Amino acid sequence: MASVALTHLDPASRAAARGWSDLTIRNLFIIPTLVFLIVFNIFPLIYSLGYSFTNFAANRSEPWQFVGLQNYRELLSDDHIWSNFIITAKYVIVSVAGQMFVGFGLALLLNRSFPMKGLITTLLLLPMMMSAAVVGLFWQLLYSPSWGPINYVFGLGDFAWLSNPDSALYAVAITDIWMWSPFVMLLSLAGLSAVPQHLYEAAAIDRASWWYTFTRITLPLVSPILLIALIFRTMEAFKTFDIAYTMTTQPTAELIAIRLYKQAFQQWDTGKSCALAYIVLIMVLAITNLYVKYLNKVKER
Amino acid sequence: MTQIELRGIEKFFGAVQVIHNLNLAIADNEFIVLLGQSGCGKTTTLRAIAGLETIDQGDILIDGKAVQHLKAADRDIAMVFQSFSLYPHMTVFENIAFPLRATRMSSGEVDKSVREIARVLWITDLLDKRPSALSGGDMQRVAIGRALVRRPKAMLMDEPIGALDAKLREEMRAEIKRLHVKQGSTTIYVTHDQIEAMSLADRIVIMHEGFIQQVGTPDEVYSHPANLFVAQFVGSPVMNIAEASVTDQAGAATVTVGDAAAGFEFPRALLSKLNGHAANGGLTLGIRPEGVLVRRDAAPGYLPVEAHIIEPLGSFDIVDLQVGSKMLRARTKAGYVSGPGEKVHARIDPEQAHFFDTASGKSLGVRL
Repeated sequence: MASVALTHLDPASRAAARGWSDLTIRNLFIIPTLVFLIVFNIFPLIYSLGYSFTNFAANRSEPWQFVGLQNYRELLSDDHIWSNFIITAKYVIVSVAGQMFVGFGLALLLNRSFPMKGLITTLLLLPMMMSAAVVGLFWQLLYSPSWGPINYVFGLGDFAWLSNPDSALYAVAITDIWMWSPFVMLLSLAGLSAVPQHLYEAAAIDRASWWYTFTRITLPLVSPILLIALIFRTMEAFKTFDIAYTMTTQPTAELIAIRLYKQAFQQWDTGKSCALAYIVLIMVLAITNLYVKYLNKVKER
Repeated sequence: MTQIELRGIEKFFGAVQVIHNLNLAIADNEFIVLLGQSGCGKTTTLRAIAGLETIDQGDILIDGKAVQHLKAADRDIAMVFQSFSLYPHMTVFENIAFPLRATRMSSGEVDKSVREIARVLWITDLLDKRPSALSGGDMQRVAIGRALVRRPKAMLMDEPIGALDAKLREEMRAEIKRLHVKQGSTTIYVTHDQIEAMSLADRIVIMHEGFIQQVGTPDEVYSHPANLFVAQFVGSPVMNIAEASVTDQAGAATVTVGDAAAGFEFPRALLSKLNGHAANGGLTLGIRPEGVLVRRDAAPGYLPVEAHIIEPLGSFDIVDLQVGSKMLRARTKAGYVSGPGEKVHARIDPEQAHFFDTASGKSLGVRL
């Protein structure tokens, strides 16, 4: 589709009726946004790239020195950091796979008409509208070993979900799945309702079974939007901080974002932290890029 | 070898009844066209036969077996949709192979069947393309191929060429006819286009507001319309309809259109055939434009009339002639009547006249 360059204000618009010109709109909306973006996003981004080549520490007034690639060299040869990355990878895989499965499953169940569909859909969307820190604290209560409802319902006695080194990471992932499956569900619903009804009718006439129709028609036609959901959730899961930080202090659940936080604001190793942030950024970009390439391939069809 | 029979079909959408007591028997290998305006129930009837729509009453029999409770997949019927309904993410080959693969046919056989049908439809060189790269006519060829490839018991077509432009429609019409003659399968075809219906059908079923109006060969519905609706729906240009009265004058019957001063002469036999209908006044005359004969000079039996609008249609003209307060449309040679206002002479060909009961709209079955 050809994009239309908006060079002039639509004369029929309300803005034009109020006597606003293109210039007024630019000054009112675009300039403040640009200033905000530059001051709070782009400037720190470039500045921190500079810091990542120094031994700067934000809590000391001593002059800092340029150290070249030393921060990067130290980080990449640090086993501790690598174990953080492995923990993060495990977390991303479990939590994103769980969200895709639960979210798409819910969408399939909701993609038909039944009484109170609107209400149920809205209720299912609530988790993702909550603050992550609040979700973390609530799930801490749910997981509580002695009187938490989860152990009570599943009859697990006093199993310590969050202080057990083997289960802490997965307990956090389950919470993340609970919180973000609705997001995948919402995108999947949009994708499912965009599959034309007459294709299902054609498939029924063509004697395709439910499973055959699902794998050959539904899935391929919904896959571009599922991939978009996958991209968003992978990026977000990679950066997870708040849920994990509020829920557990287990070293086996120390995600790379938590490591980064500790290094930057507990050890005040600002220069090195900037370097670590850049390593994380490059990794997220690389993974996203893979998805986007695949997405473009899918969309070509 | 497939016969389809519909017995007493009733269908409601909410409180609205869209099909009323529909009965129809379709013979093996017959090409049936359901013809009617949009909303007449023809597509609903077709979808009910396919199994995409439930019915509230009646039986659908395929080869004598009641199928109204079977799912679409279990009826072994193929359907071509107006929207083509090709699977957009598959190539032409995969689209045509879909119904075969869905029933787990071996890949060698799939390949053979698809190539065979592609050859018949002249789409062999399109097999690797996706539907989005095809023209409308080719898309419909693929859709027809997908329907034919598994040799279904019957083919259902829902306005398959309605979305194409006029020239392509004509081409595809001929092609559908060719395919039917060549492949031979019981076909039910839905359209609102009477030319399509006339040119394709073995028998036409004309529907209106959920009722069957008439079932017959194209010639039957054209030459012997059962009622005023069929008379005006079939044939182009549309048949002239006018209330008329018949009187016995000087040993011949005279048919007077509306409040005209003079009437057209008809053979005396009309009087006895109408059997007193002329007296109660509820008589409507139907005459196709080609049954209104026009001359420039006066002749016995011709009434003087004035030409109004002239529509030149290439090979012939349609001329509106004022008879009393009514307009009769006549078909003349191109340019025969030079312009509006010209005085000419007209006569009604008694052999092409139809008579209907005004109140019920039913044909009186009177032919001269």
